[in-house]
Amino acid sequence: MAIWLSRLAIDRWRLAETCAPGEGADAEPLALTAETAHGPRIEAANDAGLAAGARPGMRLADARALCPRLKTAPGDPAGDRAFLEALALWAQRWGPWSALDEPDGLLVDVSAVAHLFGGEARLLADAQATFARRGLTARLAIAPTAGAAWALAHFGPERAILAPDDDAAEHLASLPVAALRLGDAVLTVLRRLGLKRIGQLGEIGRDALRRRFRNRSSEVNPLLRLDQLLGRVAEPLLPVVAVPDPLVQRRLMEPIRYRQLLDRVLADLAADMARTLEDRALGARRLELGLWRVDGEVIVRRLEFAAATRDPAHIARLFADKLDDIDAGFGIELLRLRALWTEPLALVQGDIEAPPAQGTSLAECVDRLTVRLGEKAVRRPVLHASHLPERAQRWQPPLAPEPASQGQLAFHQRPLKLLDRPELIAVLYATPDGFPQRFRWRGQVHDIVRVEGPERIAPEWWREKSTVRLRDYYRIEDREGRRYWIYRHGLAGDGRGGAPEWFLQGLCA
Amino acid sequence: MDLSAFLKAGELAPMTQAPHWRPGVGGARHSEVFAGGREAAGAAAALALALDEAGERLGERSVLWVQDAAALKLGGRPYRPGLPEPLRDRLIHVVAKTPEDFLFALEEGLRCRDFAFVIGELAVNPRALDLTASRRLGLVTEKHGVPLMLVRLDARRDLSSARMRWQVRSAASPMPRWNAFAPGPPAWHAELFRARAHAPGEWILRDDGPVLAADRLASPPPDHGDLAVAAGDRSLAAG
Repeated sequence: MAIWLSRLAIDRWRLAETCAPGEGADAEPLALTAETAHGPRIEAANDAGLAAGARPGMRLADARALCPRLKTAPGDPAGDRAFLEALALWAQRWGPWSALDEPDGLLVDVSAVAHLFGGEARLLADAQATFARRGLTARLAIAPTAGAAWALAHFGPERAILAPDDDAAEHLASLPVAALRLGDAVLTVLRRLGLKRIGQLGEIGRDALRRRFRNRSSEVNPLLRLDQLLGRVAEPLLPVVAVPDPLVQRRLMEPIRYRQLLDRVLADLAADMARTLEDRALGARRLELGLWRVDGEVIVRRLEFAAATRDPAHIARLFADKLDDIDAGFGIELLRLRALWTEPLALVQGDIEAPPAQGTSLAECVDRLTVRLGEKAVRRPVLHASHLPERAQRWQPPLAPEPASQGQLAFHQRPLKLLDRPELIAVLYATPDGFPQRFRWRGQVHDIVRVEGPERIAPEWWREKSTVRLRDYYRIEDREGRRYWIYRHGLAGDGRGGAPEWFLQGLCA
Repeated sequence: MDLSAFLKAGELAPMTQAPHWRPGVGGARHSEVFAGGREAAGAAAALALALDEAGERLGERSVLWVQDAAALKLGGRPYRPGLPEPLRDRLIHVVAKTPEDFLFALEEGLRCRDFAFVIGELAVNPRALDLTASRRLGLVTEKHGVPLMLVRLDARRDLSSARMRWQVRSAASPMPRWNAFAPGPPAWHAELFRARAHAPGEWILRDDGPVLAADRLASPPPDHGDLAVAAGDRSLAAG
């Protein structure tokens, strides 16, 4: 069974606005737009919009010229896609498995199922009524092959049924070639060749078509599509399968009010979860613990791991740190632990000869630090492609893979430590463009005895305003041997502000 | 009785004195480095000493660098392009808001077998780091074998159970190869003022390529400990 949700985007928008078709906000002409390089373009329009002249694929400016009252809302292709996925699972009420037919269709396998609904016609009527109840416009068709069902749903009569013993070629001959699910470029070629109906393709012979269309990809090969339509070639479909999150829960006979008991139940839950995950060879990356209180309040605590794990002791310990501020009220009667994000984690064989590992692993250590200090506190520096020193380094979670970066040129030495914000210093110099001789920082004067520089770093003009000043960096050593990295912000007379200021940015080793 | 077989007092003295520290000796798991907050010498020397001690242990392991908020404000964050070459891709940095969090992070780091060493950077003398806390850190390092380098910025020399305690400041750098006016490769003046296995002394530490080089300065006057200071000019026996 093929289901074509011909107005999916508009229907979703209308359901979000909670108005019936043609009423409320839907009574005004409206278009859903997407941003493109040439300005907003219309993705879909409601009935009033279509009547006013807006067409999908049109520029918004052109549509506004036709109908100045046209209202717009941003389209949501990602949301449509997610909705379609949920719908594909929901559509399994009519058949054992279903597949997505992007962007706005579904395919449901109803082989040997129709009798449960009282025949194919009643199955289609049931589906149509159910979609209508959900407020979705749907066109449906049943055929022996996915291609034929798709063609009938899009271009055939309402609720078309092609029985297995009908002659498919004869029934489908009058449909346009667009029913073959071909790309726009191929359709143009076929139109220019004068081939408008599927029946005409059969008349000119297979050899001629094979010579003309050599591409093996089915989307641009009418012959292959025709064979799929008629069932001469197999067409694999990718089914949508619901994978439930691993979930364990404990209902308690007696509500618990004390921390000691809670820890005990939590340890049991963690052990249950470890077993569940082990069955599927998974490790948890994110866990959610829900605590249902007697008075109906729900307390939720989340935990994220640096690496996939299913060690119950580790899980229980990390949750214990997060349960300190829980108000149990009259008691907690239900605990539920759910793994929201899992990753494959195979079972491993322990080494019988190796001594038992001392201490914790890196991932466990990072988890413990993160839980107590927060995610922002535990990080690793990584390189970033930028000239500016403070931008050349970024921070990311410690176990995340390092982004690819170019090798560093070793011409210049960099300081060991960088101040979060460069500090203003007062500098004495012989000439404005010359070497600094003495500077005052945090209330103390440093005599400069050795200098290297300047290393000029220009602002990143593609990112910043044109008035940002360049920086001349100097690596200096003072009389006591202390080494710093300072810079002059701008040049005298560069027309971007007054006399240049000096800053201390880094402390060298 | 023939007394000539026994050692003379003068010969005995050098034997009772502990050997001087030199790079590569290692052995101390728990060290403290006192340094000023106006320079990066403390952290740099601590990294150099820790790398020197880690040697083989480094392998594929990561390195943990913990800073408390005050130390971060005083001396800034580690900057990857300026770190010693072997550490650049293995540093994990932790910012602790309070000294208590700082001690927690150090302890968790020391328990982890995947760290080559742990560097802690702490400003002044917080109340949380007393002798008990210090002893606790020392026990964890001994148990799990992960060395700890604690950098104390602008701190008094308070009670501590560290096996080696250094006072470090920047020293004039040696002449670089090409530009005589430029600062050279870093050098630090390091004074070992308390050590269990070594005699106190002063060194100029330098990064000599991949290894740490140390030139010992003329030995300082013998250290009688804080007792002598408290006694002033009086003889100790006079009480």
